[in-house]
Amino acid sequence: MTLWIPLGVAALAVVYWIAQYNALVRLRNWIEEAWAQIDVQLKRRYDLIPNLVETVKAYAKHEQETLQKVIEARNRLLAGGRAEQLEANEQLTGALKTLFALQEAYPDLKAHEGFNKLQEQLEGTENKIAAARQLYNRTVMQYNTKLESFPSNLVANVHGFKRVEMLEIAAAEREAVRVEF
Amino acid sequence: MLLHAQIEANKRKTVLLVSVFLLLFVAAGGALGVVLWDNEVMGIVVAALLGVLYVLLMTSQGTQVIMALNRAREIKSEDEHPFLWNTVEAMAIAARVPMPKVYIIDDPSPNAFAAGMKPENAAVAVTTGLLERLNRQEIEGVIAHEVAHIQNYDVRLATTAIALVAVIGVLSDMALRWLWWGGGRRRRRSERSGGAEGILYLVALVFLLVAPLVAMFVQLAISRNREFLADASGAELCRNPGALASALRKISAVPEPVQAASRTCAALYISDPTKRQRRFLGTLLSTHPPVEERIRRLEQMM
Repeated sequence: MTLWIPLGVAALAVVYWIAQYNALVRLRNWIEEAWAQIDVQLKRRYDLIPNLVETVKAYAKHEQETLQKVIEARNRLLAGGRAEQLEANEQLTGALKTLFALQEAYPDLKAHEGFNKLQEQLEGTENKIAAARQLYNRTVMQYNTKLESFPSNLVANVHGFKRVEMLEIAAAEREAVRVEF
Repeated sequence: MLLHAQIEANKRKTVLLVSVFLLLFVAAGGALGVVLWDNEVMGIVVAALLGVLYVLLMTSQGTQVIMALNRAREIKSEDEHPFLWNTVEAMAIAARVPMPKVYIIDDPSPNAFAAGMKPENAAVAVTTGLLERLNRQEIEGVIAHEVAHIQNYDVRLATTAIALVAVIGVLSDMALRWLWWGGGRRRRRSERSGGAEGILYLVALVFLLVAPLVAMFVQLAISRNREFLADASGAELCRNPGALASALRKISAVPEPVQAASRTCAALYISDPTKRQRRFLGTLLSTHPPVEERIRRLEQMM
């Protein structure tokens, strides 16, 4: 009869182990999924920029420097690691801000329908990147917490789950919300 | 209070309220049984059948029905309203839910709501007044609030509550009609066995009369509770509690009601679309917590 107690405990431990393992896998997949969302938007931006450059060139010939910065940042958008990609994206956002400000000096550009549409689309992608990055970091935090807390850290160690770094947020961006009441 | 603790507290309250709701539902069924057939089990069975049927109906076509009730038209591509479309998509990404369908209601009074039984078939609707009177950050805050409702399964809870209130109303109606047509004269167990059963019969009758009212109170309490949670998690999604607070301020400052809004769906909106002013029983009867209190809590998040 006393044999049943250790057997029961062992069975519970196995169930717990499996649940923790599955939770870790799920979080790791969620992190990759969040990155995939960012990636989709980066590619979209990469594809939109040439159109924008052509449009602006037609109306504002003397703004080579601004255009150059945009093109240069765009070309680094899909290269390197995640941190480099996002850094390129931040530079692109900065350069685009200067570019969009040009419409005040060029009324024809401001009235150009295609230009307005491109601006809207590029701002949309920027917001989606911000949203996906927030999701990424939130999920990384959950994952890393599980990786470090006892006893789920035992499961993580045995199966070789590695810590994931958050995507840093540049100081220029909106500061994080303090989640307190 | 930490956001996490706030969410937990809200969940506990919701469980409590839903339990009260179900008890009420079963009791109404039992009462109907006593009044109609002198058999409470039979009443509970009938009530359960009706409830399941109604909830199934809402599950299968709830979103479309609700959108039609509020005269909302769907926008099917980014081109029709790029900013709205992109904002809904961004907030859905942040909340890790599939992108909801997007609807616009032609009405100058700013407001918005979400509907659907699960995130996969959910939808968000905003009025043209909202798009015109609020700035982009504020609109983003409102969308974040609605997507948070979808993420938290509030929309399912609200839709189910609407269905249950309707069914309790039907039960009460059945009993009253039956009495009206003179059904009460049949010989009952109560007459054979003395006063106790007769009292039970009366209690059941009175209960059936008030049950629809009580059900409505519970439904409203559920919806009030979920608003704080959606405000908190919405603020987290858009990372801008100030924008959501100022959106609420602007929406509640407009005195005109949303003409297109269906009254049964009032609890779904971000802020009461009927704009009714209540003095008597004010808090018990309102679909939403006081705007000042919601704004205060949001400002504490900043």
